[in-house]
Amino acid sequence: MPNVTVDGTEIEVPEGATVLQACELAGKEIPRFCYHERLSIAGNCRMCLVEVKPGPPKPQASCALPATEGQEIRTDSEMVKKAREGVMEFLLINHPLDCPICDQGGECDLQDQAMAYGRGYTRYDENKRAVTEKYMGPLIKTIMTRCIHCTRCVRFSEEVAGVDEIGALYRGENMQITTYLEQAAEHELSANVIDLCPVGALTSRPYAYEARPWELKKTLSIDVSDAMGSNITLCSRGREVLRVLPRINDEVNEEWITDKARYQVDGLQRRRLDKVFLRKRGKLVEGSWDEAFKAIAKAKPGKSIAAIAGDMVDCETMFAAKALVKASGSDLVESRQTGMDYPTGNLAAVNFNTSFAEIENADAVLIVGSNLRTEAALLNVRIRKAVKRGAKVFVVGPEWETTYPAEFLGDDVSVLGKLPKAVTDAFKDAERPALILGAGGLAAGAYDSALGLVETLGLVKDGWNGFNVVHTAAARMGALMLGFAQDGGIADIAKAKPKLVLALGADEVDWEPFADSLKVYIGHHGDKGAHAADIILPAASYAEKPGSYVNTEGRVQFADKAVFAPGDAREDWTILRALADALKVKVGFDNFAQLRAAMTEEVPALAVEGLADYGSLPKTGKAAKAEGKIAYPIADFYLTNPIARASTTMQRCSAELIHGEDVREAAE
Amino acid sequence: MLADKDRIFTNLYGFQDWGLKAAQARGDWDDTKSLIARGHDAIIEEIKTSGLRGRGGAGFPTGLKWSFMPKESKDGRPSFLVINADESEPGSCKDREIIRHDPHKLIEGALVAGYAMRARAAYIYIRGEYIREAEVLQKAIDEAYDAGLIGKNAAKSGYDFDVFLHRGAGAYICGEETAMIESLEGKKGQPRLKPPFPAGAGLYGCPTTVNNVESIAVVPTILRRGGEWFAGFGREGNAGTKLFQISGHVEKPCVVEEEMSIPFKDLIEKHCGGITGGWDNLLAVIPGGSSVPLVPAEQIMDCPMDFDGLKEVGSGLGTAAVIVMDKSTDIVRAISRISYFYKHESCGQCTPCREGTGWMWRVMERLRVGQSSREEIDMLYEVTKQVEGHTICALGDAAAWPIQGLLKHFRPELERRIDEHAEFTKEAAE
Repeated sequence: MPNVTVDGTEIEVPEGATVLQACELAGKEIPRFCYHERLSIAGNCRMCLVEVKPGPPKPQASCALPATEGQEIRTDSEMVKKAREGVMEFLLINHPLDCPICDQGGECDLQDQAMAYGRGYTRYDENKRAVTEKYMGPLIKTIMTRCIHCTRCVRFSEEVAGVDEIGALYRGENMQITTYLEQAAEHELSANVIDLCPVGALTSRPYAYEARPWELKKTLSIDVSDAMGSNITLCSRGREVLRVLPRINDEVNEEWITDKARYQVDGLQRRRLDKVFLRKRGKLVEGSWDEAFKAIAKAKPGKSIAAIAGDMVDCETMFAAKALVKASGSDLVESRQTGMDYPTGNLAAVNFNTSFAEIENADAVLIVGSNLRTEAALLNVRIRKAVKRGAKVFVVGPEWETTYPAEFLGDDVSVLGKLPKAVTDAFKDAERPALILGAGGLAAGAYDSALGLVETLGLVKDGWNGFNVVHTAAARMGALMLGFAQDGGIADIAKAKPKLVLALGADEVDWEPFADSLKVYIGHHGDKGAHAADIILPAASYAEKPGSYVNTEGRVQFADKAVFAPGDAREDWTILRALADALKVKVGFDNFAQLRAAMTEEVPALAVEGLADYGSLPKTGKAAKAEGKIAYPIADFYLTNPIARASTTMQRCSAELIHGEDVREAAE
Repeated sequence: MLADKDRIFTNLYGFQDWGLKAAQARGDWDDTKSLIARGHDAIIEEIKTSGLRGRGGAGFPTGLKWSFMPKESKDGRPSFLVINADESEPGSCKDREIIRHDPHKLIEGALVAGYAMRARAAYIYIRGEYIREAEVLQKAIDEAYDAGLIGKNAAKSGYDFDVFLHRGAGAYICGEETAMIESLEGKKGQPRLKPPFPAGAGLYGCPTTVNNVESIAVVPTILRRGGEWFAGFGREGNAGTKLFQISGHVEKPCVVEEEMSIPFKDLIEKHCGGITGGWDNLLAVIPGGSSVPLVPAEQIMDCPMDFDGLKEVGSGLGTAAVIVMDKSTDIVRAISRISYFYKHESCGQCTPCREGTGWMWRVMERLRVGQSSREEIDMLYEVTKQVEGHTICALGDAAAWPIQGLLKHFRPELERRIDEHAEFTKEAAE
């Protein structure tokens, strides 16, 4: 632990720290553009120059200089001040200074630092450089004249995303950042470069000219587009969520979110259910709440009532629905819409036990039936990190582009019974082996044989649990914790032929077996579930209600309400509470606080934010044999949920990034 | 004047064949085995004794540089020698002559130096424009392989050593050692941050030393004749013989091997037949390739041509590419052209160089015709100071120094042009 002096105060810094980190520890602000904690050090903006003794008599780039014992660092000397002014001047001479029409205005590193460290006047009389715009796809808008060549975007796509999409062309003052042949950036995390860009060179295309940062209300929320539980900030103005930004949470999403999490929010304005609808003579017509409740009561469901939860529902809604079903004397609840029926008795067996942060340290990984890039893109980033540290990765399932070296073992789950020698050897030597079972694997019936591998591959060690399940629905773990599942899956409910089925935003269900039931859809988008419904009760989306979500690693997280639901739409629990009155049953809560209290009484783990403890994995006998081809559940990454399907941005992404190839080929 | 018997490059002018047989007749590859048998450290010691300083421009003591290489590989990483033949400095043309006419000196030097620093192989990075030279060098390497002088059991010494030739693609910046390593690895030629230094993590992350062609080519001769012999030339701290490349306004421009510290006047008189139009016609000299500041006539005359002597007059020896300019030269235009060169060759990685070189060139272009003001001269000086020492590699310095030299020595000329131009526009306006 070296001791260094920063502006006269002596501090001890951790081993391997840079001078910049040392200065920050000492409470000194060091301006920077190219340096970013999660990217490699480039040292090219030269903004972080400080004076360091011993060393050459010139300012040093503090981001790249290791802090060593006895260093004397000055951040306030005349030399440093001049150096910063000089670099800032160079950055600004070819910058257009079009802040009034720049979307980065108000949250621009260059703007802020120019105020703090710049000279405040110009000496540059020559013409400024102009750079042509580059096409980077439907999400990233470029104004490359503003670019200061910090190369953060290049390093992000190379290092974090793992694709060589963005790079620099030419040299010297002609250097330009672009995508290869100006193709669209296709990676699922591509839009994170917008956050990384310290200036307005890369801005958000869908959000262009929408709002200024100081007009926005910021609400802490949780993303529901996948089961990662990414921490997000919803930026809203009035009743509209305008954009989504990632929040830093090293345990979950680090600093990134997927493009879907970021851009599906414009779907919150479209195809919304803002009125009550009833099916009359085969057609859905507008109605009132009263009418709807009367119609439901008229069906006299009695005990014959079931609830099916969708992929984006919060725990509170599911609890309220379960309470209603239970109060009516039924226990037909299910959240696995697509018909999966794996056992849910032991939650550890359906959980991502290693945790996202720890999976980076795995040294052998077997992925069974999961295309992580579409199902949990941020998890794939973690695995890529593990591979960089030397992990070996094997995948059972159809091939996909992993962004790291991985060996594919065929797409039949039967391979789990007779793993090739390369796999067993890698796991034999592994200290931290991990198995990741995806939705595709669960659907193909690999649950038992995967669990059997816990013993065979030695997945559980002291302080390490390498058995992991990756879900694709944000609601899944919460549902399983609430017991929102049947032994036989949704087939059990179909068999029971309930008179009344409550569909809580359930849009992926095959409604064929429920032809005789009264289907009441409680949700926010006019999607497949609403089309099949007999009665539609408009409810709130994740942005319009407070709620708790449990991600696939069993992390309980709370989201706040950002805006009000449109029209007649109400928060889901209030609808279910009113429905209880209509059905003349008692659910035991009258307000949200009571609901939460009742819920946390039943499932105490939901009361605390953080990882829930599910105990140890179930004991298994001999590895059960499984057979069957794996098919991945997500065909179109951009259109996995009703909000995304309603979003024009996501539709454009799907058309251009996923189906663009077909269109181009057809055109030829 | 250097005696013929003391010349290292005995076929500098290509009067004889460059091939292996002729090279052996000139004494190359003579019992290389015994040179290697002296041992790693003995060779490095001998080079330290010789006082050889890097011939690529910076003048870092070569023996000391080699001693930074790891004595043994703790993690199985091999070490590499990279030979910098990317001779792109305007005015410089010595490596070209060596490779054209004496390639075996370089290959033998690569083996001996590579052995001394425990390198597994040498990569010779040759400038892309040197097409014929690359052909000659490749043939010479093939000859050496065929004769068993390099490769497995090189020169029967029991040491395995490979030599690879890699052709550059024409970027000046690839002559910077870390940019060269990047380029060798197949990446965009942009200098790396230091630390880590190449001796710790260089080519493919392995310990690497980058040396100039001349520094390597003189090694076998130094070992044969002894470090003391080499140290006997030149002043203290500036030992040895050196290839001077004199271009510009002299009667006979040439590349010549001379003793270090030879006074400028002697160098020109003896080898170049004097300045065109006589000594009174001399305006200024750029003594070390385009990246060092110019020195006006009166200061350079008796200046010893070595690292320290030229440093005292505010310039540097660089690669000893002496560019002589007589009074017919438009000095401002000359420096402006150099400025354009650096603007063109800046890699664009770090801010001061990327933005500064273009700015400096544009101001220079206006100063050339006097379309400027006196205050702007001071501003230009400040801009050069803002670039110098603030960049990742030395290209920023190299871009700043020629302009600083001009401002220091020829300010009156700049002011004259500004006044003239002001007068002209005033008249035109009237």
